[in-house]
Amino acid sequence: MGFYVAQFLTGLASASSLFLVAAGLSIIFGVTRIVNFAHGSLFMLGAFIAYSISQKLGFWLAVPLAALSVGAIGWAMERTVLSRLYAAPELFQLVATFGLVLIIQDAALWIWGPTDLLGPRAPGLTGVVRILGQPVPEYDLFLIAVGLMVLGGIWWMFTRTRFGILVRAATEDREMLQALGVRPARLFQVTFFIGAALAGLGGALEMPRQPASLLMDLNIIAEAFVVVVIGGMGSVVGAFLAALLIAQLNAFGILILPEITLVAAFAAMAVVLIIRPYGLLGKPATTQPHAVEIQPPQTLAGYGRIAAIALVAVLVVLPLVADSFVVVLTGDIMIFALFAAGLHFMMGTGGLISFGHAAFFGLGAYAAAIFVRDTGAGMEIALILAPAAAAVGAAIVGWFAIRLSGVYLAMLTLAAAQILWSAGVQWQDVTGGDDGILGIWPAQWASGTTAYYYLTLALASTGIAALMMAAGGRFGHLLRAGRDAPARAQALGIDIDRRRWAAIVISGTAAGLAGGLFAFSKGSVFPDVLAIPNSVDALVMVLLGGLHAPAGPILGASVFALLEDSLSRLSYWRALLGAAVVGIALFAPGGIAGTISAWLTGRRKETA
Amino acid sequence: MKLARLTALAAAIVVSISQANAEPIRIGEINSYTRLPAFTEPYKKGWEMALEEINAKGGVDGRQLEVISRDDAGKPGNAVKIAEELVKRENVALLAGTFFSHIGLAVSDYAKQNKVLFVASEPLSDAIVWSKGNDYTFRLRPSTYMQAAMLAAEAAKTDAVKWATVAPNYAYGKDAVAAFKQVLTKLKPSVEFVDEQWPALFKIDAGVTVRALEAAKPEGIYNVTFGPDLGALVREGSVRGLFDGRTVVSLLTGEPEYLEPLKDEAPKGWIVTGYPWYAIDTPEHNAFKAAYEKRWGETLKMGSLVGYNTLLSIAALLEKSGSTDTDKMVAAMKGLEVSTPQGKIVYRAADHQATMGSWVGRTDVADGKGVMTGWKYVDGADVLPSAEEARAMRPAN
Repeated sequence: MGFYVAQFLTGLASASSLFLVAAGLSIIFGVTRIVNFAHGSLFMLGAFIAYSISQKLGFWLAVPLAALSVGAIGWAMERTVLSRLYAAPELFQLVATFGLVLIIQDAALWIWGPTDLLGPRAPGLTGVVRILGQPVPEYDLFLIAVGLMVLGGIWWMFTRTRFGILVRAATEDREMLQALGVRPARLFQVTFFIGAALAGLGGALEMPRQPASLLMDLNIIAEAFVVVVIGGMGSVVGAFLAALLIAQLNAFGILILPEITLVAAFAAMAVVLIIRPYGLLGKPATTQPHAVEIQPPQTLAGYGRIAAIALVAVLVVLPLVADSFVVVLTGDIMIFALFAAGLHFMMGTGGLISFGHAAFFGLGAYAAAIFVRDTGAGMEIALILAPAAAAVGAAIVGWFAIRLSGVYLAMLTLAAAQILWSAGVQWQDVTGGDDGILGIWPAQWASGTTAYYYLTLALASTGIAALMMAAGGRFGHLLRAGRDAPARAQALGIDIDRRRWAAIVISGTAAGLAGGLFAFSKGSVFPDVLAIPNSVDALVMVLLGGLHAPAGPILGASVFALLEDSLSRLSYWRALLGAAVVGIALFAPGGIAGTISAWLTGRRKETA
Repeated sequence: MKLARLTALAAAIVVSISQANAEPIRIGEINSYTRLPAFTEPYKKGWEMALEEINAKGGVDGRQLEVISRDDAGKPGNAVKIAEELVKRENVALLAGTFFSHIGLAVSDYAKQNKVLFVASEPLSDAIVWSKGNDYTFRLRPSTYMQAAMLAAEAAKTDAVKWATVAPNYAYGKDAVAAFKQVLTKLKPSVEFVDEQWPALFKIDAGVTVRALEAAKPEGIYNVTFGPDLGALVREGSVRGLFDGRTVVSLLTGEPEYLEPLKDEAPKGWIVTGYPWYAIDTPEHNAFKAAYEKRWGETLKMGSLVGYNTLLSIAALLEKSGSTDTDKMVAAMKGLEVSTPQGKIVYRAADHQATMGSWVGRTDVADGKGVMTGWKYVDGADVLPSAEEARAMRPAN
């Protein structure tokens, strides 16, 4: 009995620290609708800053000072970057926060160096208390108390202060609040300050539990999102319950099944989302968009058609004039462009966001690799199987996903990707685990840089053209109707859910083909094709290129891949890449293609 | 000072003029510099110093060595792309590097497909030389199996019979636990494994993991966690008394990369593999240590030695082969002997694994720092399977 009580308390302490990070993320999302990828970076900064301050001023001063400093950093982030992007299309701010993650990673490396920094223990709380004979660290009890106090404090602020009421109002209905004359700018600044300070507090309070390390940012961010989504976006009490659920699941899960550590949180999220599409305490968006915003159809017109033909012509002659590495790099970019184009189809035309598109890319790559390894048969069939396997996977994920919307849908795809990823890691007999599957090289006729390049060009350009045609055709129109005016579309007798489902399957199929091509171009497959960074790369390519422009994914993939390839030759290249991404976001808030096309249209109007 | 610099500059110019007609030999180097700087930065400093020393002595056969080093950002796909660029555009004679096992495997498969020599310096996976070994890949650092076997031999000498294991939930952790169990059970059939914990890599929930281990009431604990996980495990374990009165055996914990961040909270009395650079007293190592501290103004890490040995191996290889033809270099790698700061190592012809060993000892705290005491150097050759056994584990090709 005593053992279980103590295990519960230990789980509660972990829940507290998870809650602190997630609460800030939830508040920021609730008010500003920004999916803040950099929240994990703020958590990491909290730990590092607290370490530095504690060396001079001791633990107890370091914690609040670190929280305030990180709050100030969050405020500055909002002022300098994000505040300029509120008018950008949905989710576009995510690109900027992704850039900030890269900048903060390199800044932390530059300031604190590569070595982990173990901070001091909390003076006065270094011992243990015996509860039912079991040792429970005093600091754990302190953490539990802090978690409850923060929960209480936020509750008080939200229900008893004018600021809190405004925050809640903004969470419910931002447009209405603006219409009532509340200036959102200051509200957003304060929200960012509080959210960031909570992340910083969470990081600072980790000092006695783990060393400050450069891996903290990416390690916490996925879990923090999971907590926020399980709890219901914007619900702080929900976040608390979700943190509790995940921490206890982990605490007791590992007693029965120690290997559960990789998936527990994501499996829990998938189950919760299937049962409760808006999380435990989240509410469905009560308000439909006030004005139906009809986006123009995405077709290539005028300049676009000429550009597409010119691009294909250039790609065809490229191997005759360029050196073989340029050919390899261009091949890679075409694969990513196909991957991004699939995601763009689903997100741009369908309005269905995916945070886990690596799931389908990885399914394609693994299907091809497993088939070649186990049958010894050739690449040709494997390249048919790759999109087929991804289509089946997408059909299954899509079946559950179409009941959800917005970020919840996106997070369900993330859960699916993480579950597949952990299968990739743990199901060693089939996937080879972390050691992956080797020796997946193209068939004789397609081996060699140039031959494989032409195969990639043929398949990728066909795939992208097919996606563009689907988006511009009848199917695309129906899909857009479901995206922009679901109620009207339904009234016209359009089965939106079926179209959405089909869109996810089509999108997954393209990703699967890209995955299959990727496997043969690299000769091996590892679980990283299924991992979060791969999903994020695709997402950034799509958003960077422009969500509502047909050339978006091609431009996005090219710019991102070329930037990464050229910058990664320099030291501190991540900060440079991050700065470039933030810069593009600031100067081209419609994405690269969107901004170019707006510029061209503007010029045409002027001359007309 | 200025005069010294000028002289050095002049010397460098003279050397470079005298060798201007000999093209440098280019070596392609790939590693996860941004993903895990704590381990790869000292490694880079190690090979950079070796490169400077070799070139200052006139290079190999009158040709300077040139290393083109690139960051793979922790992605195997990137590493293969970079390998392509290094081989096809930069015309490197051979590839070297990598830290993560899966990236090492990806590059080794590229090497096999494209018939390029690859000296895998840091990845620990056994598969690189055994189950997925190939003709073109050689590995320097003592593998997971070798280090686990060193510890199992020490563990067998203790009284502990009931063991629990804690390892990160990925290939390295799994391999390390399997190898430890295999060797320990062979040496001491009475042992019993009562619990195993698999925290996610760098995401350990240390409190609950410690309690789960405690609940199994083991006499011995075998730890494979490292980096930030290790710090968390040590803190949560110490405060709850998990390690009191128990034998703890821990992989890699004695390496400065992992031991130094723990400062005065470093565990005492753990049996570990590591690198007691501060206490090794041989002429070769003393010279290496002095040169490194002078060059970089910081103390040695495990990575420094691995990086240094990597370039020494490549230079020795090029001396021996006298050519940058891949077949000749592969032939030269087999049985290649290299004099390193830790003594002579040999790249075994049977499985392409170097006999670079490791130091095994107990942890302690001295002057507020974690150190290894009572250590000994275990030669890699002593823990590797015989040539026949090793050959049998490799695919036929």
